[in-house]
Amino acid sequence: MFAEFIQYLFTGITIGATYALVALGFTLIYNASHVINFAQGEFLMIGGMATVSLLGMGFPMPVAIVLAVMLAGIIGVALQRFAIAPAKQADVVTLIIITIGASIFIRGIAQLVWGKEYHVMPNFSSDEPIRLFGAVLNSQSFWVLGIGALLVVALVLFFTRTLMGKAILATSMNKDAARLVGIRTQMVLMLAFMLSALLGSMAGVTVAPITFTAYDIGIMLGLKGFVAAALGGLGSGVGAVVGGLLLGVVEAMTAGYISSDYKDAVAFSMILLVLFFMPRGLFGSRVVERV
Amino acid sequence: MLNSFMQMRLKGLVILAVIILILPLFMSNPFHYDMATQIAIIAATVVGLNLLVGYAGQISLGHAGFFGIGAYFSAVMTSNYDWPPLPTLLLAAALVGVIAWIVGRPILKLKGHYLSMATLAVGFIIAIIINNEGWITGGPDGMPVPSFSVFGWELSSFNQYSFLGMEVNGYKAWYFFAGLLLLLAVWVAQNIIDSPIGRALRSVHGSEVAARVVGVDTARYKSLVFVISAVYASLMGSFYAHFTGFITPHIASFEHSIVLITMVVLGGMASTFGVILGAAVLKLLPQVLADFQELEMMMFGLILMLTMIFMPKGLLPTAQKLLKKKMSRKKVEEQA
Repeated sequence: MFAEFIQYLFTGITIGATYALVALGFTLIYNASHVINFAQGEFLMIGGMATVSLLGMGFPMPVAIVLAVMLAGIIGVALQRFAIAPAKQADVVTLIIITIGASIFIRGIAQLVWGKEYHVMPNFSSDEPIRLFGAVLNSQSFWVLGIGALLVVALVLFFTRTLMGKAILATSMNKDAARLVGIRTQMVLMLAFMLSALLGSMAGVTVAPITFTAYDIGIMLGLKGFVAAALGGLGSGVGAVVGGLLLGVVEAMTAGYISSDYKDAVAFSMILLVLFFMPRGLFGSRVVERV
Repeated sequence: MLNSFMQMRLKGLVILAVIILILPLFMSNPFHYDMATQIAIIAATVVGLNLLVGYAGQISLGHAGFFGIGAYFSAVMTSNYDWPPLPTLLLAAALVGVIAWIVGRPILKLKGHYLSMATLAVGFIIAIIINNEGWITGGPDGMPVPSFSVFGWELSSFNQYSFLGMEVNGYKAWYFFAGLLLLLAVWVAQNIIDSPIGRALRSVHGSEVAARVVGVDTARYKSLVFVISAVYASLMGSFYAHFTGFITPHIASFEHSIVLITMVVLGGMASTFGVILGAAVLKLLPQVLADFQELEMMMFGLILMLTMIFMPKGLLPTAQKLLKKKMSRKKVEEQA
């Protein structure tokens, strides 16, 4: 009974950590440009798929991961530079449709390069499961949690300790004022897309051994990340992390105790409840708008 | 002023009617008619969605869900319980209207893009239910739908009809019926745009705060438009189900919602005829790209991206602007 609970909880926290990283990626781009980037999930897919094929070419695991994450970062910058930046005066809705086009485009290329079948990626360390309170835990889960936590800490340090991080924060608070004090906001936008691609692809690489990977896994993972970000309050960093973990755990509990068919429905019911009763999300800012 | 406005509106409707009447000259087989009928039904859905996106400035990422409720309610009730199609279709629309009101009313009081999140969630929940409750919906495999009929008169693609002494094939009859539905959808939409609702929403576009200050209950009007656009989707979903005769959960999926919203933005937000063009282009593009096989998905994404980057206002408004520029240049040249 207890072992079962631990099992579900652990599964939930693991997948929740992945959602949290995707949600952070959404938050970064949303804060910098108010665009909801629907290509976010594709970064996860690229991370996992590129690592698998680099491993196949004989690269050692750490090198393969670094190269895959760098590839995603480059694609993130390219997305901003060649798809979002040229459509400067467009409505936010138009920009969102552009990201949808970009995600279909990236998925199309991935399907061309890597085919439609599922790919298996080996665990980072041993395949031996770890036993805890009678539950059987995948050792890869610890990698997901450890790397997730590390990335969150790194992100916090980046935003509080470095000039570049502060420049991003300043731009998201007031773009014109940021430009006035000499921040190159165009660079900041590119940086936001790059960071969010790095986060997404790291999440994609670490979770790939557990979930397997295919050209179209980005759709659902990206959407869950969006739900997590909305749960926490779109635009809030803490909210993204808490929203992701909460979503992961509730989903795993539902799948375990109620019905695995309706586990996805739970995520979407949660978002409705939050919107109805605490629309700014769990951690959203209460902004008073000036006219 | 008002007169010329009315004339312009009428002109649009007449042009659309003429296009619908002329198109059969270029269609040679049932497949063409099938495609054209589908485009007309989807275009009518998108005309409704455009009221929400173009005039209330809100995005729905779950309109396929409403389309799906219409389609499945009609399908299940007419085939399993022998309900007559027309009242069933109206009841489904009423049901969808109520759902949209319950979802939209509290959420549209908030400022920002919260409706997009709520509709995303509602759309997904609807799709998940349709997929999982296979005992009534047929699950992922889909289910057959009886043909549409009113007072014993049946409209089916496989029947033969005689109209004013002419023999008309069933698929041609459906095409003209769908064309009529589209004209009706446009006419109703134009009237809504000119009604107090439309005027209130245009004031919101100018300045929401100013509109509120002079006493416009902006949230109420936005909710009304959301309900209207959802009802459009449900009605057209029902007709779509009766027309195709077989439906799968894909019509209620998130992907389909994205296709619908893309049609609006691609064709041109707030341009009723633009979004019809958007629907036609997006429905025909996969047919054209099918020859490229594996490249299809990549090219579809690329075309979508490039169009939005270089024509952010959408196809028709951009074309109109170009045409106007050319005309005015011609005028200048003539004067000189």
